[in-house]
Amino acid sequence: MTTAGQTQTMFDAFQGFVHELRAAGLPVSMTENLDAMRAVEYIPLEDRESLKAALGATLVKHHAHWKVFETVFDVYFAYYSKGVQAGDSDEDDPSADAEGMSLEEMMAAMEGGGAMGELDNEALAQMLMNALMTMDREMLRQIAGAAVSRFAGMEPGRPVGGAYYLYRTLRQLDAEGLVSKMLQQAQDAGEIAEGAYDERLAKEEFEARLKILKEMIEAEIRRRLVADRGVEAMARTLRKPLPEDVDFMHASREEMLHLQRAIYPLTRALAARLAQKRRRRNRGTLDFRQTVRRSLSYGGVPVEPKFKHPKPHKPEIMVIADISGSVASFARFTLQFVYAMQSEFSRVRSWVFIDGIDEVTGFFEDSDDIAEAIHKVNTEANVVWVDGHSDYGHAFEMWHKEHITEVTKKTTVIILGDARNNYHATQAWTIAEAQKRARRVFWLDPEPRGYWDTGDSIISEYAKYCDGTFECRNLRQLRTFVTAVIDAQ
Amino acid sequence: MADRFDSVPQVIERLRSVDYLSDASIAGVVFLADKLGKPILVEGPAGVGKTELAKAVASITNSRLIRLQCYEGLDEAKALYEWNYKKQLLRIQVDRDQDRDWETVEGDIFSEEFLLARPLLEAIRSEEPVVLLIDEVDRIEIETEALLLEVLSDFQVSIPELGTITSANPVRPIVILTSNNTRELSEALKRRCLYLHVDYPTLEREEEIVRVRVPEIDATLATQIAKVVASIRTMDIKKAPSISETIDWARTLIYLGRNEIDPETIGETLHVLLKYQGDIQKARKELGVDGPTSPLRGTASR
Repeated sequence: MTTAGQTQTMFDAFQGFVHELRAAGLPVSMTENLDAMRAVEYIPLEDRESLKAALGATLVKHHAHWKVFETVFDVYFAYYSKGVQAGDSDEDDPSADAEGMSLEEMMAAMEGGGAMGELDNEALAQMLMNALMTMDREMLRQIAGAAVSRFAGMEPGRPVGGAYYLYRTLRQLDAEGLVSKMLQQAQDAGEIAEGAYDERLAKEEFEARLKILKEMIEAEIRRRLVADRGVEAMARTLRKPLPEDVDFMHASREEMLHLQRAIYPLTRALAARLAQKRRRRNRGTLDFRQTVRRSLSYGGVPVEPKFKHPKPHKPEIMVIADISGSVASFARFTLQFVYAMQSEFSRVRSWVFIDGIDEVTGFFEDSDDIAEAIHKVNTEANVVWVDGHSDYGHAFEMWHKEHITEVTKKTTVIILGDARNNYHATQAWTIAEAQKRARRVFWLDPEPRGYWDTGDSIISEYAKYCDGTFECRNLRQLRTFVTAVIDAQ
Repeated sequence: MADRFDSVPQVIERLRSVDYLSDASIAGVVFLADKLGKPILVEGPAGVGKTELAKAVASITNSRLIRLQCYEGLDEAKALYEWNYKKQLLRIQVDRDQDRDWETVEGDIFSEEFLLARPLLEAIRSEEPVVLLIDEVDRIEIETEALLLEVLSDFQVSIPELGTITSANPVRPIVILTSNNTRELSEALKRRCLYLHVDYPTLEREEEIVRVRVPEIDATLATQIAKVVASIRTMDIKKAPSISETIDWARTLIYLGRNEIDPETIGETLHVLLKYQGDIQKARKELGVDGPTSPLRGTASR
């Protein structure tokens, strides 16, 4: 069925695909590439789900990378899978045979004829409603296609990712109101009983259906964009940073959620590694008394030296975090990190500050729920002294006055902040003193290293007294910090 | 290499025949593992049927399941092989009177007869078809992972005294590793494996799983169960209910003789699904159900 020419085209397509994955940051090795090429030989190419599974299994070895893979896959194979084999599932879609047409021609074809062409907007909305209520996927897909032609207002040649087209289409379809309409309709039909619990379940189900519709529309838009501008250009436009490279300062809500989930394993790893180190190094210093005692059974020759059991090192951690406006989104992350730490380590104390400072250990200990804890910190912690602009000097001074005696040789102090001090006094001596007493002092700065010491940033004033300053803008860097701390233990 | 499967749909079909409901990605990876002769690394949250998959694959291929449970501190002697030291000593004792030179004795006591095969070696030497399950591989230390590499890539074990032992089996065993993702596995290990991430199932799949595993259940009840569980999983809780907990819940409801789920029933039986008091309270609040006021389990907060 496949000729040599086609095989070559497919091979090129796959290599382009792998190339794009690498460009997006996925570490695809040579062996993995070869495995993928071997794998696709066994998979019928028109079976998109299996093809995706095969490529995913051979090329993507981190679950966090799956989303990036999925986007690239959609871009590449929405396009290539069609020309290769007939009988593709897209066959009955009105625009599937539009291969090779330009975007305008495609639009014209859609607007002129087609099953949906003659309907007015209200009829289309009604059809959509019916399709959603009965969950008729085939119908939904056709409606999605018609809606994109009608409402997206796509202009050929524009280097966009399609988010705006999606927004326009959804707004015209009144996507926001659809769920409540569906709920209403189901209630009128007596399909769902009264009560918060039933409504919640029904609402979730309808939201899931709407999500499917959104994905269909998104796929449709993407396919047309790919047809218009070509695969490579489209993939480049859609390229997003990998989850571990997402900047804490500019993370979207969705990315933040992902970060939150990723932080737990990281702190657990930290805790686990610390415990492991403790167990593995089971040799302390020579126990002279025991060794001599043992030597008696060998006639006084110390054949079997005995060692002391090492004292288990119980790390005590103090976290001091800036939660002022300039690091607002970083602060959200910081608090999550602190919360995760406190659930893994038994002895963590935490403070937050702006120009005043307040201990928040209790907030995290009392609440089982991170959202609640963060809310408490934000509303109840007393962190404003004068005007609510960061004043590291004053905050550190207050901390020093109250708590410096509690810092011991077991304590690791971690300070999080951008060290933008609004030209106040540094009071760096407080940190110097903390370093003298503590096991180690670390500083995590959410700004790129290039911005350090520019403007009112005075990080190097404090860095003099820290055992390490780390740029900490994304998960990858946080991971580096965690490993650095572990290795130095 | 003998092929066990013809196509992905066939794998799905055969897995279903042993009550394991897979999907295109799970079955696809199993299919490829057989074709390419590569191990499968299955990752995902606890209780989504990772270990079950290995058992199901063993059962549909009529293979023996050899299991290596990983734990911290696992070493060569427990995973690969060990010399039967007592038997060796005995042999030397017996030989003592006869005048034999060292080489002969050494050749004698370091032979297969004195070798204690541990799971990995056992899988390699097995004559019958084998599925090797290396369970919870994330529990061993990163240094110990290296032990597995030779087995995973070439399916052989090198024993210094004996040489390299390769598989005599015409059917290459299917190797399945599972990980709960408590730590990153090394790149070297991942590169040798096909990667499969198993997540909580979709609504439809979970409903089917419940119906297959608890055959006496009513269809509407199964739907309701799947919906409630899916709803609980969207909440921000410490430990989301796993598939096995869903099945336990379904069985509990059957046992209690409920044919329908109402808010009271949920309130009373939520502790089957959720194991933290905080989670239970949260789920109750969000679902708008009441429950017994006395906590059934101690609080999990530390």
